[in-house]
Amino acid sequence: MNPDLLIPIIITLVGASTPILIAGLGELVVEKSGVLNLGVEGMMLIGAVVAFAVTYSTGNHWLAIVCAAMASMASSMIFAFLTLSLSASQVATGLALTIFGTGFSALFGQAYTGKPIVIFDSVFPDELENHPFWRVFFDHSPLVFFSLFMVVAVWWFLNKSRAGLILRAVGENDFSAHSIGYSVIKVRYAAVAFGGAMAGIAGSCFPLLLTPQWAERLTAGRGWIALALVVFAAWRPFRLLAGAYLFGLVMTIEVYTKASGSMGLFPSEFWAALPYLATIIVLVLISLRRSGNSAAPACLGKPFMPGQ
Amino acid sequence: MGEWKNVTQFRLEKRPEPSKAMLYLTPIGAVLATALVGAIVFSLIGYDGIGAVREIFLTPILNPLKWQDLAVKSAPLIIIAVGLSIGYRANVWNIGAEGQYVLGGLAATGVALLTRDFSGPWILPLMIAAGMIGGMAWAVIPAFLKTRLQVNEILTSLMLTYVAIQLLNYLIIGPWKDPMGFGFPQTRMFTDDQMLPRVIPGTIVHLGAPIAIVVAIAAWFFMSRSVLGYQIKVVGAAPSAARYGGFSVNKTIWLALLTSGALAGLAGVLEATGPFGRMVPSFPTNYGFTAIIVAFLGRLHPIGIIFAGLAMAVCVVGGEVAQTTIKLPVAAVGIFQAMMLFFLLASDVLVRYRVRVGTRREAEVAR
Repeated sequence: MNPDLLIPIIITLVGASTPILIAGLGELVVEKSGVLNLGVEGMMLIGAVVAFAVTYSTGNHWLAIVCAAMASMASSMIFAFLTLSLSASQVATGLALTIFGTGFSALFGQAYTGKPIVIFDSVFPDELENHPFWRVFFDHSPLVFFSLFMVVAVWWFLNKSRAGLILRAVGENDFSAHSIGYSVIKVRYAAVAFGGAMAGIAGSCFPLLLTPQWAERLTAGRGWIALALVVFAAWRPFRLLAGAYLFGLVMTIEVYTKASGSMGLFPSEFWAALPYLATIIVLVLISLRRSGNSAAPACLGKPFMPGQ
Repeated sequence: MGEWKNVTQFRLEKRPEPSKAMLYLTPIGAVLATALVGAIVFSLIGYDGIGAVREIFLTPILNPLKWQDLAVKSAPLIIIAVGLSIGYRANVWNIGAEGQYVLGGLAATGVALLTRDFSGPWILPLMIAAGMIGGMAWAVIPAFLKTRLQVNEILTSLMLTYVAIQLLNYLIIGPWKDPMGFGFPQTRMFTDDQMLPRVIPGTIVHLGAPIAIVVAIAAWFFMSRSVLGYQIKVVGAAPSAARYGGFSVNKTIWLALLTSGALAGLAGVLEATGPFGRMVPSFPTNYGFTAIIVAFLGRLHPIGIIFAGLAMAVCVVGGEVAQTTIKLPVAAVGIFQAMMLFFLLASDVLVRYRVRVGTRREAEVAR
C-alpha cells in the first residue's frame, strides 16, 4: 500500500482506538476487584461534555482532561455507594448511571452545540509531527501516549505491586480477603473511582481528539464496546491493547469509506454498524475458544456484605 | 486516659423476610425524593427547579387534556417493561429492547409496503404479527449466543440496537424511501387499513392502551399461575435449586428473551401504526431504555408496571410541557428518570435490611 495513505490511516486508527483503550483499562481494574460497572458509557459522556465545556471556556486541554476525570469519578461514586455500601444490583445501577450520564451530557452539552473547540494535537515540534515518516510516531495527541503508558502501568500494578495483589485477591475471593484483614469495600471503592476517572479521560478523547464539535451521544456506544473489549482481553492489559487497535481498524475503515465516498459493495450504514457487529463476532469467537472455564474474576458482579 | 464520646451509628440488620411494606412504599418514596432533590438541584444550576418539578410531575395529572397523552405514552412503556421484567426475574438482562422495538416497527412497515394495494381488516393483524416476529427475531440472536456459547446477552442485545438503527436509516434512505416524499428520508404514509384504530373518539388514544393492560394482566397470570412462570422465578432466584429441580436454565433464557423481544416488537408496531403512521428517522424514541426503569420501578411485577408506566409517562409528558412553558431542556427528563432509578435502588436496602440507629461510647483518639 502507498505509504502516503498508510501513515494517515495508522494515525486515524491510533486515535480511534485510544478512548476505548483508556475506558477498557479502567473497567479492567474495576472488574479485577470483583465489580461490574455497566455505567462506562454514561461516565464517558459526562467526561466528554465536561472536557468540551472546559476546553471551550479556558482553552486549556490539560485542565479539561483533569476536570473530565474528576467529574466522571464523582459520578462513579454514586454507583459505588449504591452497589458497595447499600449492595444494590450492579447491573441495574450501572444502567442507571448510563441513563444519568446520557441525560447529564445532553443537558449541559446543549449550550455548546455548533461551537467549535481546538483539538488537543501533538505537542512535538512541527518538524517531527509533519515529517513524512516520523509523524507516524509523533503526530499523536498526548492522550494517545497516556493510553499507552497506562497499559504498562496497569499491567505493572496488577501483576507486580502489592496493592494489585490485594485488589486481585478481593476480586477472586472476597471472603478470604476480608478474613485476613483487607477491606473489600474500600478496595472496591478505590477501583471504581479509578475506573470512573479513566472513563472520564476516555470521554474527553471524543471532543479533544476525534470530533471537536458537540453532538448528543457523542460517544456512540463506545463505552459498551470498551466493556466487550475487557471480556475479549480476558482481563489482561496487553491483550486489551491489541483488541482496542483491532476495533480501531474497523472504525478507521468506516471513516475512510465515508470520506472517499466509495462505499464499495456495502452502503455506508453497513460500515457504521460494523463496529457493533464486530463486537458481537469477537464475543462469539472468544467463547468458542474459551471452553468451559472463564477467565473472569470469580466474584465479578456479586455483592459483598461484611459480617454476614 | 483520653475522653469518651457518644457516636451515633447506623447499622444495617438483615430482615428475616423481605419487607412487603417497604417493597410497595419505596417506589413511591423514590418518586417523592426525585421531586424534592430534583427541585433543589435544578434550582442550584440556575433553572426554575420548583417550576420544573411542578410541570413534570403535576401538570400531566391535573390537566385532563394531558390524560390522552399519558395513555398513548404509557402503553409502549408498559408493554416493553412487562417483557423485560419476565427476563429480569430470570436474571436474563435484555437491554436491547430499543433495537427489538425498531425491528418490530420495521417488520410492520415491510408488510405495510407490500400490502399497499390491498384493503381489508386482515392487514393490520398481519402487520402486528410481523412486528412481533421482527422483535422476536432480533432477540433470537442474543438468546442463541447466550444458550449455546455463554455470550453475555447484555452486550449482544445492546450492540444489536445500534445495528437496528443503522438498518432503519439504510431502509428509509434507500429502498423504502417515499418516492413522493420531496427527498425526505421516510417511507410512504400507511393506508387507513394499516393504521391502528382509535378507541376513544375525538382523542389520540389508540388501541395500544387497552392492549397494554391486557398484556400486563396476561403476564400476571402467566407469572403467578403457570408452571413456566414459577420456573422463571426459581431460575432467577436460585439457579442451582432450579437445576436440581430439573428446570432447564436454557429453556428459561429462550422463553424470557423471545417474550421480551416479541413484546418490544409489538410496542414498535403499535407506535408505527399509531402515532407515527409511517417509518421516519425519529422512530427510535428511547422507549426501550426508559422501559428498563419502568420495569424496576414496577418491582418487576406486571401490575406494578402498569402504575410505573403511568408514572413514567407523567414524567415524559411533563417534560414536554416543561420544555414549552419554562424552557427546560428535554434532556432534563432523562436526569429525573435516572435519579428516580438511583433512589429506588438505594432504598431497596430498606426492603432487605432494617436500619438501626444506636449510640456507642467510643474512646476519642488522642492525637
